[in-house]
Amino acid sequence: MGNFFKIFSVSLSFLLLWEADARSYTVAKQQLIKVGNATEPKDLDPATVTGTPESHILDNLFEGLMAYQPRTLDPIPGVAESWSVSADGKVYTFKLRKNARWSDGVEVTAQDFVYSWIRALSPKTASEYAYQLFYVKNGEAFNAGKIKDPTQVGIKALDKYTLQVSLENPTPFFVRLTSFHTYYPVPPHVVEKEGKEWTKEGKLVSNGPFKLKEWKLNRHIHLARNEHYWDKEAVMMNEVIFYPVENTDTEEKMFVAGDLHMTSTVPTLKVPFYQSKMKQNPNQYQIYKNVPNLAVYFYRFNVRKKPMDDPRVRRALALTVDRKLIVERVTRGGQLPAGSFTPTVAGYFYQGQHTLPVSVTPEAIAEAKKLLKDAGYEDPKTMPKIELLYNTNEAHKQIAIAIQQMWNKNLGVEVELFNQEWKVYLDSENKGNFNVSRAGWVGDYPDPNTFLDMFVTNGGNNKTGWSNKDYDKMIDMAAETLDQAKRFDYFQKAEDLLLTELPILPIYFYTQQKLISEDVRMLEEGKITEWYDNITDRLLYKYYVLVDVKK
Amino acid sequence: MTKFILKRLLIIIPVLWIVATLTFFVMRMTPGGPFDTDRKVPEEILKNLEAKYHLDEPLAAQYLRYMGMLLQGDLGPSFRYPSRTVNEIIAETFPVSALIGLLGLIYALILGVGAGIFAASKPNTKRDFLPMTFAMLGISLPSFVIGPLFMLVFAINLEWFNVAGWTEAKDAVLPALTLGTMYAAYFARLSRAGILDMVHQDFIRTAKAKGLPGWLIMLRHTLKGGLLSTVSFLGPAVAAMLTGSLVVETIFSVPGLGRFFVQSALNRDYTLVLGCVLFLAVFIVLMNLIVDIAYAFMNPKVSYDSNGT
Repeated sequence: MGNFFKIFSVSLSFLLLWEADARSYTVAKQQLIKVGNATEPKDLDPATVTGTPESHILDNLFEGLMAYQPRTLDPIPGVAESWSVSADGKVYTFKLRKNARWSDGVEVTAQDFVYSWIRALSPKTASEYAYQLFYVKNGEAFNAGKIKDPTQVGIKALDKYTLQVSLENPTPFFVRLTSFHTYYPVPPHVVEKEGKEWTKEGKLVSNGPFKLKEWKLNRHIHLARNEHYWDKEAVMMNEVIFYPVENTDTEEKMFVAGDLHMTSTVPTLKVPFYQSKMKQNPNQYQIYKNVPNLAVYFYRFNVRKKPMDDPRVRRALALTVDRKLIVERVTRGGQLPAGSFTPTVAGYFYQGQHTLPVSVTPEAIAEAKKLLKDAGYEDPKTMPKIELLYNTNEAHKQIAIAIQQMWNKNLGVEVELFNQEWKVYLDSENKGNFNVSRAGWVGDYPDPNTFLDMFVTNGGNNKTGWSNKDYDKMIDMAAETLDQAKRFDYFQKAEDLLLTELPILPIYFYTQQKLISEDVRMLEEGKITEWYDNITDRLLYKYYVLVDVKK
Repeated sequence: MTKFILKRLLIIIPVLWIVATLTFFVMRMTPGGPFDTDRKVPEEILKNLEAKYHLDEPLAAQYLRYMGMLLQGDLGPSFRYPSRTVNEIIAETFPVSALIGLLGLIYALILGVGAGIFAASKPNTKRDFLPMTFAMLGISLPSFVIGPLFMLVFAINLEWFNVAGWTEAKDAVLPALTLGTMYAAYFARLSRAGILDMVHQDFIRTAKAKGLPGWLIMLRHTLKGGLLSTVSFLGPAVAAMLTGSLVVETIFSVPGLGRFFVQSALNRDYTLVLGCVLFLAVFIVLMNLIVDIAYAFMNPKVSYDSNGT
């Protein structure tokens, strides 16, 4: 974790330098920003989509009860002006603002939220992300068809502007969740009329700072300002165009040619080039950005299979992976070596004694060898062969080869590599047909729960076969606790267990890399500042402004 | 001839049925489904999804349902793009691929056949070796090398074109050049070989003896037979070019049909895979038919009339 802060403070000092050197600029006449958005969105229905490219667009089209602060992601008033919570933390009452409008001028009411959440939970809608709403009372039962009556679900419109939500458990991050797209309202008057075609261009109506102007398959998605948005005075950007550019080299070339203001990522092979360019000209505007991300790259151990059933073997393997070497020599994208599983989020970071070393020391190798000996594998040749599974991808392959070498060199353990096409790999993982498998996890919301609740007994995304009663208990207790400090304490204890038993092997924390034109600035507290991002890379163009820099 | 054409058109029906059936069952046998993602969907939600797309029915029932839709020309809704039907996706993306393919084809034919004739006119000289070396290069260089190279030279350095995307008419040029280059190389080698085969035929010698000028012999006699192999290659080539290429469309970020061929299979988008495969199958059968008809005109030995040879 020390490393994290070092990198953070280094980039902070760069920031000060740019500020000092900032050249003068004027606000550009044309406020149209063009951004790379990786891939074609599956759909623009906030209730059903699950992917990042979709959320990038939806966050700008719609607005939930709560919006979020673009730097910290803290909830700020959106459609709701204010909210209150009952003493037991289970009933939330939201007061909606009276000037919230859909982009066709129709009023946004509490009833719209009831309609939207019930729709997202309805078995007929069959939303993959319905479980995001399972915190709401009877949400899960309604989705599973056990309750047929939607009025039993814990969401009620007390009047046109008052919404009451009852929860299954006190969920301290619930207010935050209402700024997530599954919780966004959809316009009942349009959805009822158009059916599943309501998201198409010319039909879609939204309630956020922007509305849909054009949606051309695999070409672009064009948003224009929503003149009915309640906070339109604060919005300087007029139009946003998202380009689904899948090839990262093409995206980079488009940026170089000036066809994009921002890229969604940077091609791995180009990262060292931009990094060195940035170092050579510290006084110039830095177009290359590298921001810590709420995501972890890790390996799963299948604890149902030998030799991974023995925690000593898992620990020995975890001790002999040089994470620092992997990020510096293999991935080379400024990622941060992971000594724990949960990235630092919203005040939480793992401080326990079980932090894994980022580098391999001779002592660690000796300890690992002893662990293997205790586990009965003094001669590593007697150990069942370890099969490492990853989905076919050059970057995963390189990491797997590096780790294969590390385990072989440090412990003499033989590792065989297997790669499978994405869906086949998912099938193998779900069926438990692996020894060690590559995985990644992106947090849904900035809270440790989104990482740690994965490994509860029989959790859908556990996939390791690992089960620990104390761990389950800690996660349950955290879900019922309102006091943030206490909650974090439970998460610390849970992570302690996770890092002692090691059903997983954390490797690195992702970072978000982008190329951003000098013309892109952002608004903060009414002032134009340098570009900034948040740990989930949820970009709100409401806060963006384009400038002409005096050359 | 009419009878032949009708017969060949009727063959499309069993061909489509076999292709559809095979594709349907092969896709279902492949591990993983359309709703598998790295964040596992809870059981009850998966059930809802399967019910929505009728995946909870027995496979035979699903097959019959699909065949029933197919008979009405309905390729079904896409699994990955739920607000669009497969028919819509093909209708929206095929014209893009077809435009790029057509431009690429014209370019490839002019350059390729031109180079072939040029090379064959003086075989085993510099005039032959130079274009054929380039043709060899064109065959060996994959489009993911040529594409970015063209992009670098024509879009970034010379700034004649946009790097990628699909906003104005000239955006078709670089993808068409990239797609066409490889085919041009094939056409060059095929036409050269075909023409050289013809040069020593008796009827060419007769024409020469009659005192016809060289260019007229080439135009009237040599090319007709010499381009037969090129024409038979044209069938599958045209089908492949017009229905789009994954690599070219991804590199230039062009909204064509080509990328769906591969992506739909990777996404296990069952209906979209079937739609793409069937579309391509119809195309190939039609193109081959056209080639066969062209044969009859080019080669006097070929006749499709039942009272013929």
